[in-house]
Amino acid sequence: MNSLTRWQRPQLSTWPGFGQLTSLRDEIDRLFEAPLAELARTSQLLSGWTPALDIYEDKDSVYVRAELPGMNKEDIDVSLHNGSLSISGERKTHEEFKEAEVYRSERFTGRFQRTVALPTAVAADKIKAQYKDGILSVTLPKAEEAKPKQIDVNIN
Amino acid sequence: MKTTAQRDQRGNFERTQEFVSPEVNICETKDGYVLQADMPGVNKDGLEITLEGNEITLVGHRHVERLNGELIFTESRDADYRRVFELDPAIDTGKVSARMEQGVLTLTLPKSERVKPRKIKVD
Repeated sequence: MNSLTRWQRPQLSTWPGFGQLTSLRDEIDRLFEAPLAELARTSQLLSGWTPALDIYEDKDSVYVRAELPGMNKEDIDVSLHNGSLSISGERKTHEEFKEAEVYRSERFTGRFQRTVALPTAVAADKIKAQYKDGILSVTLPKAEEAKPKQIDVNIN
Repeated sequence: MKTTAQRDQRGNFERTQEFVSPEVNICETKDGYVLQADMPGVNKDGLEITLEGNEITLVGHRHVERLNGELIFTESRDADYRRVFELDPAIDTGKVSARMEQGVLTLTLPKSERVKPRKIKVD
């Protein structure tokens, strides 16, 4: 669905609440534009930023990918606790924009956190994370006992 | 790139491209406008910015590595990003510059010199 957004000089509006309503309307438009899977995530207006997560698994590792555009590597925290992976951090605004007049502010800034229960046990000391093009990729090698093994069955 | 093929009323296949609208921050300084768009998974090579008349079209092609594993859970959308904006005529379209960093496009649109407030000397 193409989204044509007209960006025009804002007129002087005498109604101070106007800004809030347009962002609510945009949020509702976005809600209807999204497929069902995204509707399941609670609306960002209510709970803050929930960066999208993908989880994959093959026989050796579990892979978790989070969409975190515009972060500094140092501001992202990845931790493992009781079989759950936690990704948290803070997105800061850039200094140079604090002086400017803001017309649209759809991008989230501030703290966020997502915790996901992992499907199997992982080797905590072998976890690797990479941040590229705004996507955080965490590779969690499975713990030896969690890997699928072939067991030979002897039938007497 | 996400493309869907649907039959229209006459039974002919019609291919449409699905896009997602990236979230943007737009602000204005005395020198021009700055637009920042969130497009995770897009690098410099996947960006297509076209300026036509007074409209600017931003397209970001996602390039995310395919993983061989089994998908357990997904929230990310496969579609590319697209958003169109109408430009303030005060913008000098020849001087628009773009920068792509960690999935965020920063577009700088300076205003033309003659539009900026100037003091006029009185003889």
